[in-house]
Amino acid sequence: MSEQSQDYTTGQHPDLPAPITATGIIGWARVNLFATIPNTILTILAVLFLLWLVPPIIDWAFISADWSGDNRDACTREGACWVFIKVWFRQLMYGRYPVDEIWRINFAYFIAIAAGVLLFVPGLRGKPWIGLFLLVGFPIIAFFLFVGDSFGLPGVETPLWGGLFLTLVISGVGIAASLPIGVVLALGRRSSMPVVRAMCITFIELWRGVPLITVLFMASVMFPLFLPEGLNFDKLLRALLGVMFFSSAYMAEVVRGGLQALPKGQYEAAQALGLSFWKMMGLVILPQALKLVIPGIVNTFIGLFKDTTLVLIIGLFDFLGMVQLAGTNPDWLGFAIEGYVFTAFGFWIFCFSMSRYSQHLEKKLHTGH
Amino acid sequence: MAVDQVAPAARPPFFYDPRVRAIFFQVLVLALVVLGGAYLVNNTLANLARQGIASGFGFLDTTAGFGISMSLVEYSEESTYGRVFLVGFLNTILVSVVGVFCATILGFLIGVARLSRNWVVSKIANAYIETLRNIPLLLQLFFWYFAVLRTLPSPRNSVELFGSFFLNNRGLTSPAPIPEAGFSTVVISFAVAIVAAFFVARWARKRQEATGQQFPRFWAGLGVIIGLPLLAAIVTGFPLSWSAPELRGFNFVNGMVLIPEFVALVVALSTYTAAFIAEIVRAGITSVSHGQTEASFALGLRRAQTLRLVIIPQALRVIIPPLTSQYLNLTKNSSLAAAIAYPDIVLVFAGTVLMQTGQAVEIIAITMATYLVLSLLISGFMNWYNQKMALVER
Repeated sequence: MSEQSQDYTTGQHPDLPAPITATGIIGWARVNLFATIPNTILTILAVLFLLWLVPPIIDWAFISADWSGDNRDACTREGACWVFIKVWFRQLMYGRYPVDEIWRINFAYFIAIAAGVLLFVPGLRGKPWIGLFLLVGFPIIAFFLFVGDSFGLPGVETPLWGGLFLTLVISGVGIAASLPIGVVLALGRRSSMPVVRAMCITFIELWRGVPLITVLFMASVMFPLFLPEGLNFDKLLRALLGVMFFSSAYMAEVVRGGLQALPKGQYEAAQALGLSFWKMMGLVILPQALKLVIPGIVNTFIGLFKDTTLVLIIGLFDFLGMVQLAGTNPDWLGFAIEGYVFTAFGFWIFCFSMSRYSQHLEKKLHTGH
Repeated sequence: MAVDQVAPAARPPFFYDPRVRAIFFQVLVLALVVLGGAYLVNNTLANLARQGIASGFGFLDTTAGFGISMSLVEYSEESTYGRVFLVGFLNTILVSVVGVFCATILGFLIGVARLSRNWVVSKIANAYIETLRNIPLLLQLFFWYFAVLRTLPSPRNSVELFGSFFLNNRGLTSPAPIPEAGFSTVVISFAVAIVAAFFVARWARKRQEATGQQFPRFWAGLGVIIGLPLLAAIVTGFPLSWSAPELRGFNFVNGMVLIPEFVALVVALSTYTAAFIAEIVRAGITSVSHGQTEASFALGLRRAQTLRLVIIPQALRVIIPPLTSQYLNLTKNSSLAAAIAYPDIVLVFAGTVLMQTGQAVEIIAITMATYLVLSLLISGFMNWYNQKMALVER
C-alpha cells in the first residue's frame, strides 16, 4: 500500500483488474460449480456419478472391444463385439433384399440426398420445383426402383424388404402422406359444415385415442376382411395404410393449432380481397399457419419415425426387427446389447438431426421482431 | 345517392349460393362415406360367412383354456374370455398407473435439475433428455428386458437387496404381506384419516381466508394420516405378518414376485416419458417471468415460500395441458407390452383370444373402444383439474 501510494495522486487511482477468483476458469467454477455448500456437494456427487458411469462404457465400447474378424470366435475380449454388427451389416441396412439389386436402393438414396442437398444451396433458383420433385416425382421413381418388375428390373417381393431401408420407406410414406391429409382434416374440423366437421372430428379422435399397436393389429387382421373375395393386399401396404391414418390424425391436430393461432383479421382481410376459400387458404392462411407450427410438425415426424419400430409386432423386419432377428440367430446368441446400442445410435442420429434442423428452420423463418 | 337509377342486381344462379353449395357438398360426402361403409361391411360379412367365423359377442362366455402369468383377479384356465379381457385390462391399468407415478416424480426431478445453476448437474439432465427422447421406446423396452433383466443371474445366485428383496431373471421377489384378523380396522382408519386430513385442510384454508391466521395443515394432515392407522395397529396388535421369500430348489417359494416383464415395462415407460415431462416442467418454470420472483422477494417471502406459493402455481398452469397428453401417451404406449409378453389387454385379448376365436372385428373393436374410453377419462379428469387451476379472469 505504501509503495503504491507513491505513484498515484489521490482520486486518480487506475482500474485494477478483477480479482483472479472472479474471472477465467476459477471464476466460472466458483459461480457454476461451487456457489454454495449444497451446490458443491451436488457437484462432487455428479462428478462421482460420471466417473462411475462413463469410463466403463468407454472401455466396453472402444478400448476392450473386438473390431476385426468375421465370426463369433473372433470375439474373445471382454468388451463389445462389433464383429456382430459387421457381419450383419447388410441385413441391418437392407433386410433380405437381393444382393444384386441393392444398387437400386442406393440409387434412390442418392437421388433423394442429391435433391436434398440442392435444396440447401443458397441462392439457387427453382427450389420449389426441387421440392415438388421430392414430394411427387421421387416417390414414383422410388416405387418403381424398389418394387421392380418393370423397365427390365426383376421384381422384389416386399417380405424381402427390411432393415433401415424398410424403416425409411414406412416413415417416408407416413410423413409424405400425413401432411396433406392432415391439412385437409384440420380444415374439415374447422369447417362450418356440420356433417364434414363431425366426420373429421370422429376420424381424428378415433385414431388419436388408440395406440398405434392396435391400429397395426387392425390393419393386419381386419383390412383383409374388408376386401371382396379373391382380392388381397400386401402386408406392408396394410401397415402403411395404418401408419398413414394414425399419423395424419396427429398432424391434423398440429395444423389446427396453427390455424387457431392466426388472428381472425387474416381471414377477414383475405375475404375482403375477394379471394375464394381455397385461394384464401393456399395463399394467406396456410403459409402462415404452417410456419407457426413447424416445431410441432417436426415433432410429429420424429414421433412417427420412432413409432415405425412397432411394425415388428405384426411381423415386418425393420431396423430394430432385423437386430432382434440377428440376436436370436443360434450362431450369434448373447450379442443383444451390441445390436441395441448400434440401432439406438442410428435412430438417435436421425431424430436428433431432425430436431436440430427444426430449430434452425424456426429461426430462419422467424419474421417477427 | 341515385339509388333508384341502378337496376336491382340479378340474383346469381342458385349454384353460386354458399348455402346451397354447402348442403350439396355435405350430402355428397355423406353419401360417399355411407356407400363406402356399406361396401366394406358387405365384404366383411361375406368374408366371415365364407370362413365360417361366428359373429356376435357370445364368445365372451366361452372357456379360455390358457394360463396368464400375472393377474390381479382370480383367474384359471377354466375362466371365460370375458375374464381374460378383465385380467388384461387390469394389468394395463396397473402398469399405466405405476408408470405415470414414477414418470412424474422422475420427470419433475430431471426438469428441475435441468434448470439447476450447477453446470454439471444441468448438463447431465440435458444429456439424459436428449438421449432418451431420441431413441424409440420399443428399443429401450427391448434393452431393459432382453439385455438387462434377462441376463440377470438365476434365482440361486440372485442379487440380494436389503436382505429381503431378491432380483433375478424370474423377476423381483419381495416379502408378501399377510393380513390377519383386525387388519381391516387399520385399513378403515387409514381411509378415515385421509378424509379427516382433507377436511382439516379445507377448514384451515377457510379460516386463513377469513381471519388471516395460519394453521400448519401439512404437518397436521401428515400426523393424522400416519398417527391414526398406527394407533389402530397398536390397539389391534399389529395384525400383519410378512412371509419372507426363501430359496427352495431352483426357485423362491413364499413372498411375492414382480414378473420381469412388468419391471421392464415400468422402467422403460417411466424413464422414456420422464424425459418428455422434464422438458415440459422446464418450459413451465421458465415461463413464469422473473418479475414474479422479484416481487415475491420484495414482499418478504422466503425462497421456499416463493417457490411454493408464487412460482409453482403459475408454472402448473403451463405444465398441466401438455402433461395430460404425456399421461395419455404413456397409457397408450403401455400396449408395447405385447412385444415382451407382459399380459396386458393387447397381448392376451387382441392377441391370444383373437388367434383362438378368429373374431377379429369384435375383438379389435372392444380393444380400441377400451383405449378410447381410457383416453377420454384421463383427458376429462385433467381438463377438470386444469379448469380448477386456471387463472380466474374477470
